[in-house]
Amino acid sequence: MTAMALKKEMDTMASQDSKTWQKVCTKADLVEFSGVAAWIEIAEGPAQVAIFYLPGDRLQGEGKPLYALDHFDPFSKANVIARGIVGDLKGSAVVASPIYKQHFRLEDGQCLEDESVKLQTWKIEFKGEEVWVEG
Amino acid sequence: MSTQKTATPEQLIIIGNGMVGHHLVEQLVDSGALAQYQVTVFGEERHRAYDRVHLSEYFSGRDADSLALCDADYYAVSGVELRSSESVIEIDRNAHEVITDQGRYPYDRIVLATGSFPFVPPIPGNDREGCLVYRTLDDLDAIRAAAETATNGVVVGGGLLGLEAANALRGLNLDTAVVEFASRLMPMQVDNEGSELLREKIEALGVQVLTERATQRIEDGDASRHRMVFQDDKVLETDLIVFSAGIRPRDQLARDCGLEIGERGGVVVDNQCLTSDPAILAIGEVALWNQSIFGLVAPGYQMAKTALSTLTGGDSHFGGADMSTKLKLLGVDVGSIGDAHGNQNPGARMFRYLDPIKQEYRKLVVSSDGKKLLGAMLVGNNGVYDTLLQYYSNGIDLPDEPASLILPQSSGAAPTLGPGALPETATICSCHNVTKGDICATIDDGAVDLAGVKGVTKASTGCGGCTALLKSVVDHELEARGVEVDKSICEHFAHTRQGLYDIVRVEGIKTFTALIEKHGNADTHRLGCDICKPAVASILASCFNEPITDAAHIPLQDTNDTFMANMQKNGTYSVVPRVAGGEITPDKLIALGEVAKKYSLYSKVTGGQRIDLFGARLEDLPDIWSELIAAGFETGHAYGKSLRTVKSCVGSTWCRYGVQDSVGMAIQLENRYKGLRAPHKIKFGVSGCTRECAEAQSKDIGIIATENGWNLYVCGNGGMRPRHAELFATDLDDEQLYRTIDRFLMFYVRTADRLQRTAVWRENLDGGLEYLKEVILEDRLGINDELERQMQTVVDTYQCEWSDAISDPEKLKRFRSFVNDDRPDPSIIMTSERGQPRPA
Ligand code: SRM
Ligand SMILES: Cc1cc2nc3c(=O)[nH]c(=O)nc-3n(C[C@H](O)[C@H](O)[C@H](O)COP(=O)(O)OP(=O)(O)OC[C@H]3O[C@@H](n4cnc5c(N)ncnc54)[C@H](O)[C@@H]3O)c2cc1C
Ligand code: SF4
Ligand code: FES
Repeated sequence: MTAMALKKEMDTMASQDSKTWQKVCTKADLVEFSGVAAWIEIAEGPAQVAIFYLPGDRLQGEGKPLYALDHFDPFSKANVIARGIVGDLKGSAVVASPIYKQHFRLEDGQCLEDESVKLQTWKIEFKGEEVWVEG
Repeated sequence: MSTQKTATPEQLIIIGNGMVGHHLVEQLVDSGALAQYQVTVFGEERHRAYDRVHLSEYFSGRDADSLALCDADYYAVSGVELRSSESVIEIDRNAHEVITDQGRYPYDRIVLATGSFPFVPPIPGNDREGCLVYRTLDDLDAIRAAAETATNGVVVGGGLLGLEAANALRGLNLDTAVVEFASRLMPMQVDNEGSELLREKIEALGVQVLTERATQRIEDGDASRHRMVFQDDKVLETDLIVFSAGIRPRDQLARDCGLEIGERGGVVVDNQCLTSDPAILAIGEVALWNQSIFGLVAPGYQMAKTALSTLTGGDSHFGGADMSTKLKLLGVDVGSIGDAHGNQNPGARMFRYLDPIKQEYRKLVVSSDGKKLLGAMLVGNNGVYDTLLQYYSNGIDLPDEPASLILPQSSGAAPTLGPGALPETATICSCHNVTKGDICATIDDGAVDLAGVKGVTKASTGCGGCTALLKSVVDHELEARGVEVDKSICEHFAHTRQGLYDIVRVEGIKTFTALIEKHGNADTHRLGCDICKPAVASILASCFNEPITDAAHIPLQDTNDTFMANMQKNGTYSVVPRVAGGEITPDKLIALGEVAKKYSLYSKVTGGQRIDLFGARLEDLPDIWSELIAAGFETGHAYGKSLRTVKSCVGSTWCRYGVQDSVGMAIQLENRYKGLRAPHKIKFGVSGCTRECAEAQSKDIGIIATENGWNLYVCGNGGMRPRHAELFATDLDDEQLYRTIDRFLMFYVRTADRLQRTAVWRENLDGGLEYLKEVILEDRLGINDELERQMQTVVDTYQCEWSDAISDPEKLKRFRSFVNDDRPDPSIIMTSERGQPRPA
C-alpha cells in the first residue's frame, strides 16, 4: 500500500481542475513555531507543501495559526523551506530558507530580499485536531 | 573653484599612482574638476594604487585586490586615463612634454607624486641576490619567494619601517635579526629609556637586536647564503637581507629638468604645492616643504587637497602637518606626539612613568607653566594616545596634575578625555582632515550611524589610526541627539549577545519564549528571527546544556542543529561522527564503511581528521545513527557552533621526536569540551613537539608539547582570514592546562559576539592579549572560580544528542521528510563519480 493512494481515496474528492480541501495531517504532527513538510494533491499532480504552526495570538489579531507555502526553495532549487527558521521581520511573520537564508513572508510567500520571487501559498486551517489544505 | 567647461580641457599629467597621487585623482573626480582637465596618470608599478600603509597585511592574508584603493574600473568609469606599468623618464619643459618608456605626452600642468624609494647604504655586496627592500607589492613578492629557501633573515635598519619588515620576516618563519647603525632602536621617535624597553620586548619575541653595527661588506657565507661583516670584523650569517635604512624622495625627474631641489633631496614646493616651475606641482613624499619631507600619508593627503585648490584656482594652503603617530610594531605599541623628545621647546618640563614589570613607558612634555601638552612618547601601551593627542592638537588645558594622564588607571589616574570634552575644532581624522565639527554636521544632515558618517567624511579610511576615536565621537554625538546607538543583535532585542547572555545567567531564564516575553521589543511580534533565535539557543546551551532537540529549543535551531547533521546543497545531509584526536580503530573504520555502503553515502576524509559521509536523506538519519551508535560512535557536532575537532599528531608514542603523548592529550581535551555550545565553532590542535605537525598554531586553542609540559596558544584561525595563535602560557602540566582552557573558553562564550571566532574576538578585545592574560591567568576580574564551575557543569551534563534523540519517539517524528507519507523526496537524484554517489 502506498500511503499516497490511501490518502487520495480518503481525503480528496478528486475533481480535475477545481480546488479541493484535503486533510493533510493532525495537530500532533506539527511542531510549534516551526515547520513540517507534507504532500498534497493539486490539479497538476502531487505537490510538496511546507506547513508552519504559530500557536496563540502571536500576530496580535492579524495572524492565523497555520500557513502553507511551497516547500521548494527557488534559490537553492531544493525542497527545504519547511526546515527554515520561523520569525517576524518588519511586522510580518517569515521563514528563512535554511540554505541561503532568504526570507519569505508566510502570509503570501513574498521574498523580502527579491521582489520578483514569490512562493505559492495555499489556504490551510484546523478542522478540530485535523489540518486541512485547499489544493 | 571654477568648474566652468572650457572648450579644450587642459592636459593634466599626474606622475605616480601611489597613495597621494590616487588621493588627488579622487579629489579631482569628486570636485568636478574633470570638466576643466583631461587627466592622465602614469604609474610605474603594475598594480593600481594600493594601501601602502597596510602593505604588511599582504603577508597576513590580504591580496593586491583587497589592498587596492579603488575598484578595478574606477579610473575608466570616472574618465581618468590610468597608464600602469609605464614609467616617466623625462619631463621636457621646453616642449611641454612628458616622455615615458612608451611615448611622449603633451602637458599643461604636471603633478609630481613619485613618492620615495628605500635607501640602500652603499655597502659592497648590497646587490647580491637575496638583498631586498620593503616598499612595494613586488618587493614583498620577492621577499616571500626568497624566504621559501631561507631559514633566517636580517633587516638593516631599526627604525619604524625596519621593525615592520622584521615582523614580516618573523611571520615568514625566519629567524630574524635587526641590525641598527645607531646605538638604539627608533632613534627618531623614542628616547633611551623607551628604546631600551622596546628592545627588551622585541627580543622577547625572539627577534635578535644588534645596535651600533655598521655593515662593511656582504660576502658569501658558510652556513648561510650571505655573511655580513661589521666594523669590528664581527660577522653575521644570513640567507636574506632587507634594507630599511630610511627613505629618499624620488626627485630624479625634477632634478633632470632643473627644478629646485633641497640640499638633502626633495622637490621644493611652496604653500600652494607649486615647484619652482608654476606649471608643475609636487605632493606627497617627494615634496620638500619648509625644509621638511613628510613621510606619512596624512600630510600627503593634505597636500593633495592643496594641489586641487591650486589647480582649480582656489586659495587653500598647505601649512605643515603634525607628525604624531601611533603604531604597533611587532605587536608592541609605540606612540609619539608633537615634540616627543622635548628638545624643541626650551623650558619644557617632563613627566616620566616607567613600569619595568608590565614593560610600559610613558613620557609627557609639558609647557613651563604646566598648562599645555607639547609632546608625548609612549612605549608598550598606547591606551592614552587618543586622549593625549587631543590635549596636544587642540591646546586643551591640562589637568592640575598632568602626571595623572600617564599613571596607571588603578592609582587614581585622570579619566580619559571623553568625546564630549573635545572642542568642535578637534581633528578626529588627520588623514582626511575631519574635525569633530564635520562629524556633527554630517549627523545633523541625516547620517544615522558610523557607516553613514564614514561614507560622507571618509574618516578612518586612511591610516585607520583614528578608528576607535571616531566611533566614540559618533556614538557620543548620536546619543546626545537622542539617537539610540544601535548595538542590538536584531530587531527583537535591544541587547548585544553579551547582554542577552548576562540576562539569561542572572535571571536564570531557560527558554527563548520566556526571554522574549520579558526582554523582547514590544513593537515586534516576538517571534524572533534567524539571527536572535540561534544565538539565544547557543547561549541557553552554554548555560544549561539541555538537549537542543527538546521541544522548547527545536524552533530556535538552524536546520543543521535541528537535524544534527549538515544540510547539503540538494537538501540531503552529511554525517560526521566524532573521531577524537583522529584516532580510530580498524573495527570502527569498517563500521563506517558498512554504514556508508548500506545507505549509499559518499565518503571523504575531512580536513579535521575524521570521516564525513554525505548524501544522507533526512528520513534515513535516525537509522544511520542507530547503527553508528551501536558501533561505538557518538555525534561529532559538525553541525554545531561548538567544539569541532582536536587535531593531533602521532606524538611520543610513535614519533622519534615526540616529547609528550599528543594523541592522549587530544582525546582528553576532545572528550572534555565536546558538546560545549559557543558563539562560533571551536577547533583545537595538539602537537607532540615543536615541529608542529598538528598545525596547532592555526587553531582557536593550540597546544604544543615541551620537555616540561605543554605550551598553550590561543586565538588562531585558518579559514578566510588566517591568524597565527599567540603564545598564552608555557610549560603547563595537564591540570593547569585544563583549568586555563576552561576559563579561557568560558570567558569567550560569555563575552564574544554571535558568530565571532576566537581570533576576531581577540582582535576586538580592548586591552588585547595582555588583558586576556590578566583575566585568565591572574584573575583580574575575580571570575575564574565561576568560569571553572560553569565549564564543569557543561562537562558533567554532556550527553550525545544523537543517542538522546534515537531513544525518544517524539523527537524521531521530526525526521520524517513528509508528515503524511513516507515516500522519499523524488527530486533528490544522485549520479556516480569516481565510484561514489554525488548530487546529479
Ligand atoms: C567537511 C569539511 C571539508 C572537508 O571535506 O575536509 C568542511 C566543510 C564545511 N565547512 Fe569547513 N570543513 C572542514 C574543515 C575546515 C577547516 C580545517 C580544519 O578544521 O582543520 C577549516 C579551516 C580551519 C578553521 O576553521 O580555522 C574550515 C573552515 C571553514 C570556514 C571558515 C571559518 C573561518 O573562521 O574563517 C567555514 C565558514 C564558517 O564557519 O562560517 C566553514 C564551513 C564549512 C561548512 C559547514 C559550510 C556549510 O555551511 O555548508 C561545510 C559543511 C560540511 C558538511 O556539510 O559536513 N569551514 N573548515 C571539513 C570538516 C572537518 C571536520 O571533520 O569537522
Ligand atoms: C611598509 C610601510 C608602512 C607604512 N606605514 C605607514 C603608517 O602607518 N602611517 C603613515 O602615515 N604612513 C605609513 N607609510 C608611509 C606611506 O605609505 C607613504 O607616506 C605614502 O605612501 C606616500 O604616498 P606617495 O603617493 O607620496 O608615495 P607612494 O605611495 O610611494 O607612491 C609613489 C608612486 O609613484 C610611482 N613612481 C615613482 N616614480 C615614477 C615615475 N617616474 N613614473 C611613474 N611612476 C612613478 C611609484 O612606483 C609609486 O607607485 C608606510 C610605508 C611603508 C612602505
Ligand atoms: S609534531 Fe613532533 S611529535 Fe608530532 S608527529 Fe610531528 S615531529 Fe612527531
Ligand atoms: S587619521 Fe588616518 S584614517 Fe583617520
